[in-house]
Amino acid sequence: MPGLEDLYREIVLDHYRNPRNKGELPVPPAVRTEGVNPLCGDEIAVYLNVVDGHVVDIKVRGQGCSISQSSASMMSSAVKGRTVEEVRALVRAFMRMMSIHEHALESDEAEPEPEVKLGDLEALRGVVKFPPRIKCATLAWFTLTQGLDEATGATA
Amino acid sequence: MAGFDVARVRKDFPLLERSINGQRIVYLDSAATSQKPRRVLDAMQQYYETCNANVHRSVYQIAGEATEQYENARHKVRRFVNAASEREVVFVKNATEAINLVAHSWGRMHLQPGDAVVLTHLEHHANIVPWQILAAERGIEIRWVPLTHDYELDLTDLDRLLDGAKAFCFSAMSNVLGTITPVRLLTDAAHAHGAIAVVDACQYVPHVPTDVQEMGADVLAFSAHKMCGPTGIGVLWGREALLDAMPPFLGGGDMISDVRLDGFTPNELPVKFEAGTPPIAEAVGLGAAIDYLNDLGMANVRAHEMALTGYALDRLEERYGDDITVFGPRNVEHRGGAISFAFRDVHPHDISQVLDQSNVCVRAGHHCAKPLMRLLGVQATARASVYVYNDADDVEALVEALAAASDFFTI
Repeated sequence: MPGLEDLYREIVLDHYRNPRNKGELPVPPAVRTEGVNPLCGDEIAVYLNVVDGHVVDIKVRGQGCSISQSSASMMSSAVKGRTVEEVRALVRAFMRMMSIHEHALESDEAEPEPEVKLGDLEALRGVVKFPPRIKCATLAWFTLTQGLDEATGATA
Repeated sequence: MAGFDVARVRKDFPLLERSINGQRIVYLDSAATSQKPRRVLDAMQQYYETCNANVHRSVYQIAGEATEQYENARHKVRRFVNAASEREVVFVKNATEAINLVAHSWGRMHLQPGDAVVLTHLEHHANIVPWQILAAERGIEIRWVPLTHDYELDLTDLDRLLDGAKAFCFSAMSNVLGTITPVRLLTDAAHAHGAIAVVDACQYVPHVPTDVQEMGADVLAFSAHKMCGPTGIGVLWGREALLDAMPPFLGGGDMISDVRLDGFTPNELPVKFEAGTPPIAEAVGLGAAIDYLNDLGMANVRAHEMALTGYALDRLEERYGDDITVFGPRNVEHRGGAISFAFRDVHPHDISQVLDQSNVCVRAGHHCAKPLMRLLGVQATARASVYVYNDADDVEALVEALAAASDFFTI
């Protein structure tokens, strides 16, 4: 049986207690997207400012459990300053770590994904051992993806 | 403490004999669904192994036996809630479907734009959304009975709220707060204003002796799976004259007496509302659950839960003082065994996760009562709820396991 230490790693709890990039950005120029977890009521709002293909700023507002909120904080730190392509690759890598695969990635013909360094986000790897909590960890990332689509005019 | 021996009762429930990592399961989520005694599982197995056939259809022997077992379950339900006749007992999927049936059938027949339906702030989504669907479609008005600071219904403005209302739909026991509402007073008030009284008794029937005639209700809904019975079956009880005047909800087999190319004639009560093959084995299981609860004695069940809930409230308060906030009445006379709480500033999800390490099963979330959560000013709560198989040891396990939550989340 996985222990709580696998889930509540020190770095995860640190992001929960001291969330990074907490707040809001003026809309526009930023885009605001919202995510909710209807099962448990976790809520998140991601403010994303994309200029010339770069995430120049990001802020997050939310309420929820330690996993949802720390994942949002770690996500904001990880994507700030990166290009949209880099962020999308990071989202895919994070989702893979959470055992969520896009169909295209599962086929043999798919292009091999370049190595993406997850850094601190590795601390959330233990969440997959607690399947009901995967939705908590991925909420911010699904919301980020919506924001990216909106900011870049892509259709989801 | 009770008129029955909890240690013996617990042995009737096979799941509670399971251990995980060498530790027993402390099941404190019966407000979500109860565990099932061997007797219910055996009754359903017996039905499938000896007389599985469709009901109300065929003349051969096992079909007759299946019909008899199904109708016998209806008879047991009638006696359990003191309905006037079996025609008033409709089998549905669950309490949610029962309320939807009433909103759909009675609501569409009787409600016009501008008509009012009165609900309360402690309702489950199942007694909110069906009326909101109707409100959006029919332009009816929904009014709300608020709560007091003691988590009870605030009846100060009840007469004004009921003025001109067509239906008053309320829970007899809150699934979040445990609050027991003054059902008879509320049904009388509804009738004084010419409204029907629809009672969501999903949390009430499993825990408190229920007499629909004494309650003065017009409609009452409950689910089998919260009262030791199986999932997949619930009961809509309604006064015969009211049900009789209502149009059918779902169309199909069993609910008709004749079908022609140009139309149909609905069947009599109660099968008028039971289109399609019903949950037969589940009805048999519900009948066995009722037998089981009757053997324990519903008055004993209520007494046991009052004592245990009081004990749990005392122990949580003693041990954690201001670090714990219980959302619900303190007086056990006014409440059932669902104890919703906030613990320090640990999110309910995290509380539930930590308790799971000790096999203590509690619910975390909004409990399908988001309007109530907003009123309480919380996003979610943790909820422990007790039933016939819980005892003081379970409460102690909860209290101990909560201490571990502090270890992780207190800075």
